[in-house]
Amino acid sequence: MKIHLTINGKNYSHDVEPRLLLIHYLRENAALTGSHVGCETSLCGACTIELDGKAVKSCTMFAVQADGAKITTIEGLANDGKLHGVQEAFWNEHGLQCGFCTPGMIMASKQIIDRNHAPSDAEIRHGLEGNLCRCTGYQHIVNAVKAAAAAAGK
Amino acid sequence: MFPQTFDYTAPTTLDEAVKLLGGGAKALAGGMSLIPMMKLRLASPEHLVDLGRIKELNYIREESGALHIGATATHYAVESSPLVRTKCPLLAETAAAIGDVQVRNMGTLGGAVAHADPSADYPAALQALEAKIVLRGAGGDRTVSAAEFFVDAFTTVLNEGEMVREVIVPVDTSGVSYQKVPQPASGFAMVGIAARVKKAGGKVTEARIGVTGLTNSSFRATAAEKALEGTNGSAADIQKAAALVAQGSDANSDIHASADYRKHLAVVYTGRALIAAMGRAQ
Amino acid sequence: MATTITKTETLVGKRIRRREDPRLITGTATYVEDIQMPGMHYAAIVRSPHAAANIRSIDVKAAAAAPGVVAVFTGKDTEKVGPVPCGASLPDLRVPHHHIMAIDRVYYVGHAVAVVVATDRYLARDAADLLEIDYDVLPAVADPEKALAPGAPAVHPQWPDNTAFNYHQEGGDIAKAFADADVVVKQRITSQRLVPNAMETRGVVAEWRGADRQLNLYTSTQVPHLVRTLVAGMLGLEENRMRVIAPEVGGGFGSKLNIYAEEALMGFVAMKIGKPVKWIESRRENFLTTIHGRGHVDYYEVAAKKDGTILGIKLKIIQDLGAYHQLLTPAIPTLSVLMMPGLYKTKNVSADIVGVFTNCVPTDAYRGAGRPEATHGIERMVDILADELGMDPAEIRLKNFVANEEFPYPTATGLTYDSGNYAAPLDKAMALADYSKILQEQVEARKQGKLVGIGISTYGEICAIGPSPATPAGGWESATVKIEPSGTVTVMTGTCQTGQGEETTFAQIAADELGVDIDNILVLRGDTSIVQYGIGTFGSRATAIGGTALYFALQELKAKVKLFGAMLLESDDVTFSGGQVTCNKSGKTKGLAEIAGATYRAMKLPPNTEPGLVATHFWEPPNFTFPFGAHIVITDIDKETGDIAIRRYIAVDDCGNIINPLIVDGQVHGGVAQGLGQALWEQAVYDDNGQLITGEFMDYAMPRAHMMPWIESSHTITPTNVNPLGVKGVGEAGTIGCSPAVVNSVVDALSHLGVRHIDMPLTPEKIWKLANAGGTN
Repeated sequence: MKIHLTINGKNYSHDVEPRLLLIHYLRENAALTGSHVGCETSLCGACTIELDGKAVKSCTMFAVQADGAKITTIEGLANDGKLHGVQEAFWNEHGLQCGFCTPGMIMASKQIIDRNHAPSDAEIRHGLEGNLCRCTGYQHIVNAVKAAAAAAGK
Repeated sequence: MFPQTFDYTAPTTLDEAVKLLGGGAKALAGGMSLIPMMKLRLASPEHLVDLGRIKELNYIREESGALHIGATATHYAVESSPLVRTKCPLLAETAAAIGDVQVRNMGTLGGAVAHADPSADYPAALQALEAKIVLRGAGGDRTVSAAEFFVDAFTTVLNEGEMVREVIVPVDTSGVSYQKVPQPASGFAMVGIAARVKKAGGKVTEARIGVTGLTNSSFRATAAEKALEGTNGSAADIQKAAALVAQGSDANSDIHASADYRKHLAVVYTGRALIAAMGRAQ
Repeated sequence: MATTITKTETLVGKRIRRREDPRLITGTATYVEDIQMPGMHYAAIVRSPHAAANIRSIDVKAAAAAPGVVAVFTGKDTEKVGPVPCGASLPDLRVPHHHIMAIDRVYYVGHAVAVVVATDRYLARDAADLLEIDYDVLPAVADPEKALAPGAPAVHPQWPDNTAFNYHQEGGDIAKAFADADVVVKQRITSQRLVPNAMETRGVVAEWRGADRQLNLYTSTQVPHLVRTLVAGMLGLEENRMRVIAPEVGGGFGSKLNIYAEEALMGFVAMKIGKPVKWIESRRENFLTTIHGRGHVDYYEVAAKKDGTILGIKLKIIQDLGAYHQLLTPAIPTLSVLMMPGLYKTKNVSADIVGVFTNCVPTDAYRGAGRPEATHGIERMVDILADELGMDPAEIRLKNFVANEEFPYPTATGLTYDSGNYAAPLDKAMALADYSKILQEQVEARKQGKLVGIGISTYGEICAIGPSPATPAGGWESATVKIEPSGTVTVMTGTCQTGQGEETTFAQIAADELGVDIDNILVLRGDTSIVQYGIGTFGSRATAIGGTALYFALQELKAKVKLFGAMLLESDDVTFSGGQVTCNKSGKTKGLAEIAGATYRAMKLPPNTEPGLVATHFWEPPNFTFPFGAHIVITDIDKETGDIAIRRYIAVDDCGNIINPLIVDGQVHGGVAQGLGQALWEQAVYDDNGQLITGEFMDYAMPRAHMMPWIESSHTITPTNVNPLGVKGVGEAGTIGCSPAVVNSVVDALSHLGVRHIDMPLTPEKIWKLANAGGTN
């Protein structure tokens, strides 16, 4: 099946099998390997991307379902070499260690701030329910989201 | 992580979808349950019909005293819809308790209902709301109550070739609450209680309690409802009613919670849901 | 003319953000799965659905003929590959031959039986389904105590008692200690099996360049050099023909401190098909086949005087080994024995370990590796003793601590504790918790029928592992520092980070020593063709040993820089600081770049000095380091549901000097999360048939953001004299200190109901039952 997508502002078009998962399309056909696969039960969130403005798990979606969609992946967040506020905050607050969950974590964090300009700690933690991190204990991630929200509000 | 091959069709009209389903295809809505099963090869449908592009299935609107919600309305759409939040807050509250943000962004009301996971959240609210579920098959629409619709674990009254088209919930002015004990790993409801209470003249005039997670299928705890109706809704009245919620139920048991503990949680959380609902009842 | 870089600010001790982060936050880092090569093939491994079975036959025909398939190999095809190595040696240890795939019998669910290689991952997976394997299913045993019972199914038929080893160690006079005791407390304490669950599963890419006899192996590992030495040996390949690269590694926690069958298997496949091949472990495979941690059943007895003085400790450990020995499997419980006295001065100990085979995936090192089990045990026992004697848990600890003036302190288990001030973190934690106030609050709460718990753990740990004689593969670490002709600095470390931030901390050390800007420093690791030999990152060793190796390499270089600087300045009285050599008489200076250029240009050399600016140091530590700390946890328990809410989590850790407080905090938080995971949620549960019930994130409860409490982390600082940096290590501290503090808190909340001990995880159902019935579980 032929599909057309806009990913990080660029047009992509490929002939794909219906069973190809969107995460595999992004990583292999589009060569955007920033989004990761950490499980097969849709419970780790490492593959989180933004699809038409919504954070979704790209491992739980077929590429054909995304035909015509506008996608932003971790690679598309920085603008002209300038980091997105959430990326900057993860860096400043040490919101990552091994980095494997980080792209998904940053995309989920962006969704939290997009929908709630001043999230509380509890709202941030609730908003990250779909993303597992084994390294940080989440505390520095919570700090990062708070800092990013505060910086965006300025 | 690698599903088996299948044919894929993404119709844009309901009629086309129904025709394809009649030919033995499997409906794909949000895919939040189906796709993980396909990745683990626990499910391998030969033909998927993607309902995602059928505009006439994606709506939330008010019509003659009820909210009509299309099958492909996402949990997030339900949770954030001003209409649902003001006119049927129990459903919005329940939608907000499902899975996680990403799941709510993709998962759909119709998909969740049709999947009939015994630990899903929605069924509790639909039971308590006495929702109607509109099914569409080759012969047209038929409407069933939530109580009839959910039969057993992953089993509903849907016939071969039939799909969920719409869910109808009443515009609801009761005091409501959804209280859930999440399974610690998956976040599914080990027990979920949806409660609605109406009061007038200091008496409980109507109580509705929907239960999920406890047994193989969601249900309305009618004995508990009856016990509460006509009382003052005091703490003692609530405790007495809640105690009946799990009576006679064949509770599920797994490594996360034994049957006895699940029953106990159902009682405790029914009490908590009723107290919260009572507090919100006018 | 020389532009000198003058740097006055020191970086060690500063909260600077990490240098590895830009690639990680932009999605441009390269993990194993991200590696693509022309002609890449993909492997799908077919695994046993049974915990014990004889393989009657395998029919590969249909799979081999499936679209895209280039090869199918079974265990028999790989018979010549050497066994997966066990690096641990114990007297009379039984070591089963651990072939890289099952040959005629499977020993646990997930045991590899065959590998299908195809041009596409989906096609490989499709073909894997076509393999026809006829199993003769046998009875299995998954519980170590059941495995020891007479008549239990034999995991390995040649050893019907399922016993891999018996180990005994004692110190002092244990019989006298128990004879002199006023009181003896006993308790069975378990540390359940856990699944490490690094977010990046394992993965291997193997590339065989036949004409060069060169095997390039990309693998997600903490120990690339050990992988090279040992996998080359398994494959019969000359070690210098193998290059191992650990690219970005997405977490390890000990689970990647190993040599895995798949590393050799992919090498084998690549050499057979002459094409690169990739295998990425699924999460399901990770649950089933990557090592698990813990798996202890411990029987404790503690003898004490009425005043709380601990006289002696007896311990019997039943260690669930699983079906095979992985790299360190049998050695892990011996670390528990070493750690068993905790921070307490008792000189009388007796320990026995029974290593038991079960039809489960092997256990091995998981964050803390033996030390969390020991700390959990002794810290629970001290609380039980305090309860028995009616003493305050803080008081009994303070009474038994090794005193400040007793360091270096030789322990009952043969260690020498380097330095300590054990009361300091406890005092600080108690002050932070407002201990006396919270005790009073607890009294009031109980009057109202509320359950409030206060739990203390004062832990010690064995870090900076370790002196070579005490380790299976050498316990030193290496560093090479190159100052390039232009003056930039490249550090090559034998450690191999999996998220710990060594690219930053090591650069901080080098920047300070050389007096150069941190941006001039690049830290490389994880490639056996770039880095001199190294041991790796585990056992809280990277900074304490690898950082020290770096420190000494830097001293050698500094001396050489000074020598060349003196030559260029034509002076015999110079100092090197701030990135330049200064003549103390004339005040003239030469910057590092100019000096570096001169060392390579080599127009003139100081006497007996070689050109170039490269130094390598292999540092052998004289001792372990012994960090310590105190965690206090305050819990509120919902009597109606058994839910545990952590009101406060206070962690005061003493890991010696701190290079980067931001990173240290991160290590503590992450460690506590894993400790809390064990205490409250996580458990690898096998049923009686050896099926892993909690084999996906659907059932294995990982700590998530909304489940974690706020961690109030602070420190006391007692430097070690084992290394010149004064650092002890912090990677495992949070995990080790956490679980006993949590369990002590919850037991404390229920103690007035007669509860003395609860085994982990503390599920709400267990707590509900105890809160409403009383008694121990």
